Amino acid sequence: MDKKYGVYICTGCGIGDALDIEALSGVAEEEGLPVQTHSFLCSQAGVDIIKKDAEEKGINTMVIAACSRRVNFDTFRFPGSIIERVNLREGVAWCHPRDQFPALTDEEKEDEDNFDRVQMMAEDYLRMGMARVEKVDLPEPYQLETLSRKILVIGGGITGMSAAIDAAKAGYDVTIVEKEPQLGGQANNWRKQLPLSYPYDTVVAPTIGDKIKELDSYSNITVSTNTVVARLAGEPGNFTVTLKKPGEKIEFDVPYPLPEEMKVDESGKELNAEQQHEKYLEYNEGRADILTFDPEGQKFGAVVLAAGYQPYEPEDDEFAHLGFGQLPDVVTNATFEAMAKDGKITRPSDGKSAESVVFIQSPGQDNDTDFEYAGAVTSMVALKQATYVREDYPDTGKAYVFYQHMRTPGLQENFYKSVQQDPGIFLTKGEVTEVSQNGSGLIVEAQNTLLGEKVKVKADLVVLGTGMVPATKDDPVVNMAYRQGPSFRDIDLFKGYCDSNFICFPYETQRTGIYAAGAVRRSMTTEESIEDASGAALKAIQCLESVNRGMSVHPRSGDLTYPDFFFQRCTQCKRCTEECPFGALDDDEKGTPKPNPARCRRCGTCMGACPERIIGFADYNIDSIGSQVKSVAVPSEDDYSEPPMRILGLVCENDAYPALDMLALKGLSYSADVRLIPVRCLGSVNVIWIKDALSQGMDGVFLLGCKHGDDYQCHFVKGSELASIRMKKIGDALASLALEEERVAQFEVAIDEYDKIPKIINDFVESIEEMGPNPFKGF
Amino acid sequence: MTENKAPASGSILVVGGGISGLTTALEAAEVGYEVFLVEKNPYLGGRVAQLNQYFPKLCPPTCGLEINFRRIKDNPLIKVMTMAEVTKVDGTPGNYDVQVKISPRYVNENCTACGECAKVCQTEIDSTFDFGMKKIKGAYLPFEMAFPARYVLAPEIIGTEDATRCKEACAYDAIDLDMQAKTLDLKVGAVVFATGWQPYDATKIDNLGFGQVPNVITNMMMERLAAPNGPTQGQILRPADQKAPETVAFVQCAGSRDENHLPYCSYICCMASLKQALYIREQYPEATIYIFYIDIRSPGQRYEKFYQKVKDDDKIIFVKGKVAAVEAAAGGAVSVTAENAVTGEKSSQTVDMAVLATGMQPTAADAKLPGVINYTEDGFIINDFSKGGIFATGCANKPADVVSSNQNATGMALKAIQTLAAK
Repeated sequence: MDKKYGVYICTGCGIGDALDIEALSGVAEEEGLPVQTHSFLCSQAGVDIIKKDAEEKGINTMVIAACSRRVNFDTFRFPGSIIERVNLREGVAWCHPRDQFPALTDEEKEDEDNFDRVQMMAEDYLRMGMARVEKVDLPEPYQLETLSRKILVIGGGITGMSAAIDAAKAGYDVTIVEKEPQLGGQANNWRKQLPLSYPYDTVVAPTIGDKIKELDSYSNITVSTNTVVARLAGEPGNFTVTLKKPGEKIEFDVPYPLPEEMKVDESGKELNAEQQHEKYLEYNEGRADILTFDPEGQKFGAVVLAAGYQPYEPEDDEFAHLGFGQLPDVVTNATFEAMAKDGKITRPSDGKSAESVVFIQSPGQDNDTDFEYAGAVTSMVALKQATYVREDYPDTGKAYVFYQHMRTPGLQENFYKSVQQDPGIFLTKGEVTEVSQNGSGLIVEAQNTLLGEKVKVKADLVVLGTGMVPATKDDPVVNMAYRQGPSFRDIDLFKGYCDSNFICFPYETQRTGIYAAGAVRRSMTTEESIEDASGAALKAIQCLESVNRGMSVHPRSGDLTYPDFFFQRCTQCKRCTEECPFGALDDDEKGTPKPNPARCRRCGTCMGACPERIIGFADYNIDSIGSQVKSVAVPSEDDYSEPPMRILGLVCENDAYPALDMLALKGLSYSADVRLIPVRCLGSVNVIWIKDALSQGMDGVFLLGCKHGDDYQCHFVKGSELASIRMKKIGDALASLALEEERVAQFEVAIDEYDKIPKIINDFVESIEEMGPNPFKGF
Repeated sequence: MTENKAPASGSILVVGGGISGLTTALEAAEVGYEVFLVEKNPYLGGRVAQLNQYFPKLCPPTCGLEINFRRIKDNPLIKVMTMAEVTKVDGTPGNYDVQVKISPRYVNENCTACGECAKVCQTEIDSTFDFGMKKIKGAYLPFEMAFPARYVLAPEIIGTEDATRCKEACAYDAIDLDMQAKTLDLKVGAVVFATGWQPYDATKIDNLGFGQVPNVITNMMMERLAAPNGPTQGQILRPADQKAPETVAFVQCAGSRDENHLPYCSYICCMASLKQALYIREQYPEATIYIFYIDIRSPGQRYEKFYQKVKDDDKIIFVKGKVAAVEAAAGGAVSVTAENAVTGEKSSQTVDMAVLATGMQPTAADAKLPGVINYTEDGFIINDFSKGGIFATGCANKPADVVSSNQNATGMALKAIQTLAAK
C-alpha cells in the first residue's frame, strides 16, 4: 500500500485548553505531514474533513489525535485505511489537569530551561503515533486452501449425540466417534433419568432410545462406533483425523512428548537437543511424527469433545470406615444403578431383597465435602435412587439419605421437594461415622443428624454417592498431534476436567477449535449436559466460520492479522513453540516452527518470545512498537539543567489500558514523565523494546498487566506469567550493562483497580528518580 | 473445496443486554448473523455490571464486559439499542414482526462523555444502580465503563431549569430536550429473551427486618458497597452510621426455598455470601462473620474448593439453621435469631450488620413479555425447542450463576440459528 498520511488533531473535550495545539501541530509539520485541527472532530463536520481528505487527496493513513480508541470506535472507522488513535484526551489532558500540572506562563516560556511536562507528553504521543503508522500495514487474512465444515464429535453419549443433532440441525455435517460398540454412553446403564424439564419434580423413563432414534433421522450425521481418535493433526478448518479401533496400535497413533525423567542422563544431567530428539524417536518408535499427515485421514473443521465420565471406583481401603471393599453390600451409586436397571434391588451378598437402603453423600471424617467429582449431580442421583427403593418395595421399602449439604441448586430444588413428600424416604444432614456388619445386614452409624445426635440405622444395602471422573483425567482422548502434547493443557488445575478458567467465557481453553461439553467439563446432570452440548456445537461452528473468513476467534474475534515468520533468520530455539499458550506451533526435527495460523489467537506471545525478532503481525510487530519507543524524545542535561525522567510503560490493552481510561474519567492523575504503549498482551512484549528504551536513555521501563497464578485473569492464559519470567531474566542483562535491575518492573492490575494505578506508577517513577538518571542518557 | 455451505441468513433479536444477552448476541454474530440487541437500561451489562467480583475467581466482571464490548465494537453485525423495550412480537418461527420502543435519552450521538452537563446539573436523584445508597446528578454516565459511553438525562429534570443548564453547558450540541420516544419495526427470524432477574423484594420478608431494622442490607447492596465504584468507594460500612463492621451475619435463603416467597433455590446466594465474607475479611482482618444456612450449595470442584477455603478461615463461622428473626439491637446493632437445625437450640447472635442473601426473581415475574411464551408459576420462561423461534436464556429461563448462564446463552445462539436454517 502506498501510504499517504494525514494528521488530525481534536481540540475538544479540554484538549485544546490543556495543550498548545500550534506547537503540537508543529510536531507533525516537522515530519512533513499535513495537519488539520478541529474543535469537535467526532462530529459529522469533523469526520467529513477526514473523509474529504481521503477522497480528494487520497489520504489513507490517518493519525487521529483525539480521544481513546475505546470510544468513537465507529466514528473513526475508515475501511481500507490505516488508523492510529493518539489518546490525547484520556491519556494526556484528563489525567494531567492543569491545576496539578501547570502550563508554562509566558514569562516562563522565555527561559529555555523550563519545560511543560504535559505538552511534552502530548508531543511524544503524536510522534509515537506517526512512527507506528509508518511501520504497519493493512492485514491480509490467512486463508486455508481447503476448508472442511465437517464437525467431529468425540463421544456418543447424551452430550455427544445432542451436540451432533444441534450442529446437524444448523446444516453441518457431523461424524460421531464412540469407543463402545453402541451409542448411549453412561445413560445405557440407567433405570430412570433425572427430570429434564419443568416442573422438574419427578424421575423420567430413559430418553436415550429416543435420542438415538432422532439421531438416525439426520442424513448428515455419520456414526462410527467401536472407534477412537488415534490422532488429530492440523488446524481448525483443516484437521486431519486418524480413527482406529480401541486398543489397536497403528503408525498414526499420536507421539507423546518425552517425559521429563527421560530428558536427563543417568547422572541427572540434561541431555542436549540432539540427544533428546533421539530419545524422543526411541520413545515413540513405530509412530509417525506429528508433521507427517495421514494420507488416509479424514478432514474435519472443528471438534466437540464429549467423552463423558467414568464412575469413580474407590480403592478397597479408601473408605474403610464405610465398609467399602470389605462388606459386599456397600456399593457405589453406579453399581447400584446397574443393579436397579437389571431388576429389583437386592443385596449382592445373598441376593435377598434390599428394602432398607442408606445413601451416603459424604465420606465424613470431620469433613463436610461430598465424594470427589460429585458436583450437585450425586445429590440428585441419591434422591433418584431413593425412589427406586420405594418403587421396588412400595410398602416396606425405606431409603435414608445422609448428606452434609443437599445440593439441588436452582429449579432442581423441585425434585428435592417432591422426594421429601415420600414417607418412606428419610433425608437428613449427618456425618456417617461407621458402616458395619450386623448379622446378614448392615448397621450405619451417624452423628449430628436431624434425627438425633447419634443414630444407628439398619440397612440391607449402603450406597456411596461417588462422583464422575472426567474421561480426560488420565487419557488425552483427543490425541492432538501438537508439539506441546496430545492432551488439553494445564487441566490439573481443574482435576482433569477439560474446563475453561474463564467465568465469562466458559468454552475458552488453551486449544482452539476443540470445545468440551458435558461431564468431561464438569459434573453435570443430563439436562445440563444437553444444554452444554448446544454451546460447544455453536463454538465449533463459529470457529470454522471464522477460519473461513480468515478471522481470529475469541478473544480477538474478527482480527484479520496473524503472525508472520521470517524463517531465514530462525535459530531453531523453539521458544515460540514452547511458549505459545494455544499450542499453535509445531516445530520440525531441527526446531524450525511450523505455524498453524488457524490455531492462533493472535496474542503475540511468540513475538515476545523470539530472541531473533523474526515474528510479527501486519499491524503489530517488533518495529511498530520499537519505532514508537524510539520516537520518544529523551531530554538530557544538554537540553535542560534538570531534565525530566523518561519512563516507558508497556500496558496490556485488555485490562490495564481500559483501567487507565477510567482513571482519567475519574479525574485521577499520574506522573507526566511516563510514556505508555498499549500491547496486545504482556506475553507479546519483546525484551528488545526494553533494551531499546534503556539504550536511548530512558530511565526505567514497567509492564502493567493482568494477574497471573491459578486464578489468572490474562485473556491469553499465560501472557502475564510469561512476561514476568522474562522480566526476571532481564535483570542479568541489565546488570551486565551496569544498570540497576530495579529499572525494569512488572505490575499486576485488574481492570477495576484504576484507583491503584496512580500510586503504582508514581512510586515507580519516584524509585527511578532516587536511582538517578540512566547513565546512557545523552549518548 | 468446501464440503458444505454455510447456513442460512436472517436476523436474530436478543432482548436484554446483561451477560446472557450479550453472550447470545455475540456468539451468534460471530458465526455471521445479524443481531439486534435490545436493552432497557441506558447501558449494557445488566446485573453483572453491579457486581464487585465474580466467585470463585474474585475477578472483576468489567474484565469480561470490556472484552465483550470490544467484540461489539469490532462487529458491525450487532446493532445495539439501549433504553429500548420490545413491545410486540408477532409471527411464526423464522418470521417475526417485532416492535421496539426506544425511550428518550435526551442525549444524542454527539455526546463525547466529557461530563460538563453533570457538572452544572443541580438536581440529584437516587442511583438505582447503587440501590439508592448514593445520589447521582440528573445528568449522569451510568458507570465508568458504561457502553455506550454516553450520558443520560433523567426524566426527572426534563422541563426544569436544570435541563436547560445541561443543554447550555454542552459544547457539542449533544443534548436534545425535545427527544421523543420512538418505535422501530424489525423483521427477525428468531427471538431470544435474556431478560434476566431482579433481586427479590426483601421488604416482603417480614421477619428479616429489611427496611425496618437499620443496618440490614441485601447481598446486592453488599456488592455495591464493596465495589470500588460504589457509594463508599469500596469501603464496606454500615449504612446507618458509616461504622466499620466488626461482626457481620449472612442470612441465607432470604426468600428462597420458602413457599411464601420463592419456592426454588436461587442458585447463586451461597456462593455469593462466601465471596462476600471474603470481601469483609480482606478489609477487616479482625471481623467475625456468621453464615446462617440450610445447605451450602457449592456444586462442582471449583466451588467446593472455594467453600473449603472460606471454611478454613476460623473467623468465618457457619451455623446450620434457618433464621427466624432479624431485629434491631442497641447502638444500631442487629440481632439475628436462628434455630440450629442439628441441635434444635434457638440462639441469638448480635452483629453490627446483617446481609440478607436475597434470591433472584425472573424479571418477567412482574412484567410479562410480548409474544407467545409459557411461564413457570414463578415467571421463568419455559423453552419449547420443538416449536423453536422464541427462546429464553440465562436467568430468564432458570436461576443460574454466570458460568451456567453463559453456557446456556452460547447454546441458545445455536437454537436461534437453527430456526433461521430451518426457514
